[in-house]
Amino acid sequence: MATAFSPSKFAAQPFPLNTTSQNNPLTIPTTASAFLGSTRKPILLSSSSNLNLRRGSLTVVKENKSKSTPNLLITKEEGLELYEDMVLGRAFEDKCAQMYYDSKMFGFVHLYNGQEAVSTGFIKLLKQQDSIACTYRDHVQALSKGIPARAILSELLGKATGCCRGQGGSMHIFSREHNMLGGFAFIGEGIPIGTGAAFTSKYKREVLKEADCDHVTSAFFGDGACNNGQFYECLNMAALWKLPIVFVVENNLWAIGMSHLRATSVPPIYKKGPAFGMPGVHVDGMDVLKVREVAKEAIGRARRGEGPTLVECETYRFRGHSLADPDKLRDPAEKAHYAARDPITALKKYLIDNSLASEADLKAIDKKIDEVVEEAVEFADESPVPSKSQLLENVFADPKGFGIGPDGRYRCEDPKFTEGTAQV
Amino acid sequence: MLAIARQRMLGQSFKKILPAVSVLRSYSSAAKQITVREALNSALDEEMSADPKVFLMGEEVGEYQGAYKITKGLLEKYGPERVLDTPITEAGFTGIGVGAAYYGLKPVVEFMTFNFSMQAIDHIINSAAKSNYMSAGQISVPIVFRGPNGAAAGVGAQHSQCYAAWYASCPGLKVLSPYNSEDARGLLKAAIRDPDPVVFLENELLYGESFPVSDEVLDSSFCLPIGKAKIEREGKDVTITAFSKMAAEMLEKDGIYAEVINLRSIRPLDRSTINASVRKTNRLITVEEGFPQHGVGAEICASVVEESFSYLDAPVERIAGADVPMPYAANLERMAVPQVEDIVRAAKRACYRSVPLAATA
Repeated sequence: MATAFSPSKFAAQPFPLNTTSQNNPLTIPTTASAFLGSTRKPILLSSSSNLNLRRGSLTVVKENKSKSTPNLLITKEEGLELYEDMVLGRAFEDKCAQMYYDSKMFGFVHLYNGQEAVSTGFIKLLKQQDSIACTYRDHVQALSKGIPARAILSELLGKATGCCRGQGGSMHIFSREHNMLGGFAFIGEGIPIGTGAAFTSKYKREVLKEADCDHVTSAFFGDGACNNGQFYECLNMAALWKLPIVFVVENNLWAIGMSHLRATSVPPIYKKGPAFGMPGVHVDGMDVLKVREVAKEAIGRARRGEGPTLVECETYRFRGHSLADPDKLRDPAEKAHYAARDPITALKKYLIDNSLASEADLKAIDKKIDEVVEEAVEFADESPVPSKSQLLENVFADPKGFGIGPDGRYRCEDPKFTEGTAQV
Repeated sequence: MLAIARQRMLGQSFKKILPAVSVLRSYSSAAKQITVREALNSALDEEMSADPKVFLMGEEVGEYQGAYKITKGLLEKYGPERVLDTPITEAGFTGIGVGAAYYGLKPVVEFMTFNFSMQAIDHIINSAAKSNYMSAGQISVPIVFRGPNGAAAGVGAQHSQCYAAWYASCPGLKVLSPYNSEDARGLLKAAIRDPDPVVFLENELLYGESFPVSDEVLDSSFCLPIGKAKIEREGKDVTITAFSKMAAEMLEKDGIYAEVINLRSIRPLDRSTINASVRKTNRLITVEEGFPQHGVGAEICASVVEESFSYLDAPVERIAGADVPMPYAANLERMAVPQVEDIVRAAKRACYRSVPLAATA
């Protein structure tokens, strides 16, 4: 369908080595995203600015002009799905904050308010067998991936019915069923994990000959992680081995109190993709439709076996780094600027303006989500805490090694084990 | 676990305890109270003003005033050249710190928690700890690695590990772990002045606790020796060694007078103090927060068995954290960390008493 920008442009040239003019930050048009300049304070971008489309593998996504064209980016069903997912993420996080301030939740809680477009935009295009690896700010990605809200909320309260039975907590949401590979506390830790999952996918296809295995991995991480060595190591290997992964940078400009501009010698992160031989794309992370368009291309590339993509989403977290963060260093004007670009409000406006949904439809979804979250709270409150015996469980998958044999005893205790004649 | 010990200890007013026991603390009369946070902050401040080669490096140490506010005010006082906010790259900035130390400066590298030091452990061990040896004394590394260590409250498995045993097993490193404000001030100053790499393990839950300090402690030249343990409380029935853990008040009530040794220095371990104490009491309990296998308690037990075996009247009791990654759920977390009750039970086992002699409090 014809749209104002064509993401296929960056798919056409996977290995641009002629990046001389593109490396110079001064050649980047200053109407481009706020932080690309070399000043310390981000230049606030007005939401109607026109971003130039760049050729080659560096692409800056243009403003969505679909309002003026008859072809829309999404159908009604897709639109409502996206809306519902983002509202679920927002409502859930707000409920977490409320419970934390009521002292019902404890420890570290990192909320995703404001960044929903990134999670929804990418994860709603993934299948259940596709995997994701995130940071500690993982509640909403877990919700988008399909883990029920009640399971996550129970986990946050440390109950036995949580998705990890209360052993992981807010920062360590895992789900084998939905292929959510975590939830990691260390910055940059999820990137190699995601790269490894992509490696598995490729291995299954090529070595294990599961020809239809086209599983894609999305690794989500922040701007702070982009100064970490692991990030570059994984970019290199993913491109070298053409792994089916999408590296999604949730650039919310701040790492606790450290501005991205103060920590990075070359702030545009998407430019680091071509240095390693993969396309680098920058997209407005406050607009779920733009994110979705870019995600379609990037995930498509990975599924076709064309290799990794680095997508930088310019986004913002409305709350502090964690609920314990006083958040005094961020300029209120900056916060107000991004609050005005709330992704949920933007999508709502788009759906209504384009007659894809009515106010009533959206209100019905809001109400439904409220009920889901309330039910999750009740479920979590009523759930039992883990039993004492759970403390020592799950340290190993198989404490004695080699599991239990057909006779019901541990195989390693079989006297024939060392002779090599035991049934292993 | 410390929270419980502290609550019991500090919940009862300190003043009530002091006259009740024979005290080795030589405090002058009017004790001023400072928090561990203030103690660390003042130690850093004084050392930075005394020696221009000392500089701070770490995540959020500058504009954010420190992730736990330990470095509050230092950026304003010393400027961004001496208080460096780093990007999130432990391996990188630790390596840079070690390199700066090789070449003559005295960095103080902060890890937001010691869990993150695992990303930098190559530089701590291979570049810092081993270099004096490898270069036959030519390159000494006067660097301090500091930060909170061990369990906090509800922060999950990746934020709660205790690294005392890991770092203390490595020759070439000095490992210190302060308990109260006096320890924090004295040991940090000693660490910064020390020409060798020092791993300084603080405790997040203790940062806000106030302790009385004498005027001597507040003096800017105050320093505690590295490698000397402190006998926090003298006793005669059982020796309890701990770092950042105290439980003696509890035992007092039940008629067991425990001698509590605050190790202060994990490496070098003050074996002579520990052994002298065991020879006096004939029983030993080691208490630590970290994993039991190959822990600090294991080393102390081995040391005592080697040097004071004939003096032991009971097997050494080892209290450590549970042998599992730290669970998140609050009730499981409480079970995974030693509580005062565990220490009391161990003490009673060591003294062959299961019923208290005196009326229970």
